[in-house]
Amino acid sequence: MFDFLQDYDLLGAFWTTVQLAVLSAVGSLIWGTVLAAMRVGPVPLMRGFGTAYVNIVRNIPLTVIILFTSLGLNQTLGVSLGANDVETINFRLAVLGLILYTSSFVCEALRSGINTVPVGQAEAARAIGLSFGQVLGNVVLPQAFRSSVVPLANVLIALIKNTTVAAAIGVAEAALLMKEMIENEAQLLLISAVIAFGFVVLTLPTGLILGWVGKKVAVKR
Amino acid sequence: MKLRKVSAASAAVLALALTATACGSDDGDDSGSSGGKKITIGIKFDQPGLGQKTPGGYEGFDVDVATYVAKKLGYSEDQIEWKESKSADRETMLQRGDVDFIAATYSITPQRQEKVDFAGPYLLAHQDVLIRADDDKIKSPEDLNDAKLCSVTGSTSAQNVKEKLAPKAQLQPYPTYSACLPGLQNGAIDALTTDDSILAGYAAQDQFKGKFKLGGFKLTNENYGIGVKKGSDLKDKINKALEEMVADKSWDKAVKDNFGPANYKNEPAPKIGDIKS
Repeated sequence: MFDFLQDYDLLGAFWTTVQLAVLSAVGSLIWGTVLAAMRVGPVPLMRGFGTAYVNIVRNIPLTVIILFTSLGLNQTLGVSLGANDVETINFRLAVLGLILYTSSFVCEALRSGINTVPVGQAEAARAIGLSFGQVLGNVVLPQAFRSSVVPLANVLIALIKNTTVAAAIGVAEAALLMKEMIENEAQLLLISAVIAFGFVVLTLPTGLILGWVGKKVAVKR
Repeated sequence: MKLRKVSAASAAVLALALTATACGSDDGDDSGSSGGKKITIGIKFDQPGLGQKTPGGYEGFDVDVATYVAKKLGYSEDQIEWKESKSADRETMLQRGDVDFIAATYSITPQRQEKVDFAGPYLLAHQDVLIRADDDKIKSPEDLNDAKLCSVTGSTSAQNVKEKLAPKAQLQPYPTYSACLPGLQNGAIDALTTDDSILAGYAAQDQFKGKFKLGGFKLTNENYGIGVKKGSDLKDKINKALEEMVADKSWDKAVKDNFGPANYKNEPAPKIGDIKS
C-alpha cells in the first residue's frame, strides 16, 4: 500500500520543512523581541511603530505575505537576497516572509510574559539608577522569557505548520511534495495521512518538551 | 439570555442561507420540465479556453464537449449541473458519485486508470511553453535549459521539467498559472510551461492578445479523457457521443471557437481508445 513512497524523497522534503521552521523561528524570536522592546519602551515613535507593525502584519493572511515576497519583492523590485538560483531565492524569501509574520505573534507572546513581571520590580530597578536597556535586559526580559515559554511553544507549533504555505512560491518542502504525489498517484487520503503524520512527528514532541521546559523554568511567585 | 438571542439570530441567518441556496438550485429543475432529471458534470472553473466560470455561465472546450455529450445522453443544456473539480479532487468526486462524469483537462494515465475509467481521449495536447511575443532566444527545447520557467506547484508539467525536459532550467512554481503571467510580462520569467491547450486559452484572453506566443515544441503527449466511475456503463455511451461529435464537425467548431485566437495548431481529433504515450 505504501510502496509508492520509495519514489519520493519524503525525508528530504521534511528536512526542508525543518530548515524553514528553525531559521524562521530564530529570526522571528530576534525580531519579535525587538518589537516587544519597542512596544514597552519609553519612545512614543517606537511604541507607535511596534503597535502598528504587529496589528497590520498579524492581520494579513500569510499566503499573501509569502506571495508578495516572491511576486512583489523578487519579480517586480528585483530583490534576490544575495542568491542566484530560483530555489535558493525562494527559500530565503519564504524565511523572510515567515519571520515578518511570526515575529508579530512572538512579540505579543513576549509582551504577555512582560506583564507577569510585577511593576514594582521595574520601578525598583529604575530607582537604583538602571537605564531602560538595563531594566529590560537584566530584570524584566529574563523573567518574561521564562514565563512565556508555553505561549512561544504555541507560536512555534503554528510556525512549523505555516511552513507549508512556502509551497505557494515553490519551496520544495513537505506540502509541495504532497501536491506532486497527489498529482501522480491518485491516492488523496493516504498521501494526506502520511504528510499529516510527518507534521505530528515534528510538532507533538515540540509541544511536550517545551511544555515541560516551561514548567521547569517558570518563575515561582 | 444574550447567548440565546445570538443563537436564535444565527439560526435565522442559517435558515435564510439554506432557503436562498435551495431557491438557486431549484431553478434548473423547474425550467427543465421533463421530469426534473439532471446530470452533474465536473469541469475546471479557472482555465480560460477549457473550462471557465464567467458571469454569463460556463465556457471553454471542455464545457462544449461535455455539453455535446450530455445532449447525446438525453440531457438538455439547462439540465446540466456544473461542478468544479480541482485536479486533486477528481478521482474522489467520481468514486463518491458527486459527479456523473468529469471533463476537466483530465489526462489519461495508468495510475488514474486504476481508480477510474476513461472515455475518449477527445483531445491530444502536448506540454509546451508560452513565451513573450518578441522573445527570440527560445527557439528549441534545448534553449529552455538557460531559461527561467514557471508552472503550477506539483503539476505534471512542473515535474516533467525538473526530471526530463530541461533539468538545468530554473523552475518557479506558483499556485495558479495566472500568477506566472505578470512575471512573464515584465521579464522576470522567460516561459510558462504546461499543456498547449491551456496555454492557448491564456494567450487568447483579451488582455493578453498579441503579447504572448506558443513555442510549439510538443514536449509530451497528454490524452484528455472523460473520467467516469469505475465500471460505469456511461463510458461506452460517452465514447459513442464523442465519435459523433467528431463526425458531425462539432468537434472542429469547438476547437476553433475556443483556441482560435492563439494561433494554436491543434492535433486532429484522436481516435477513441488511442492513447499516445
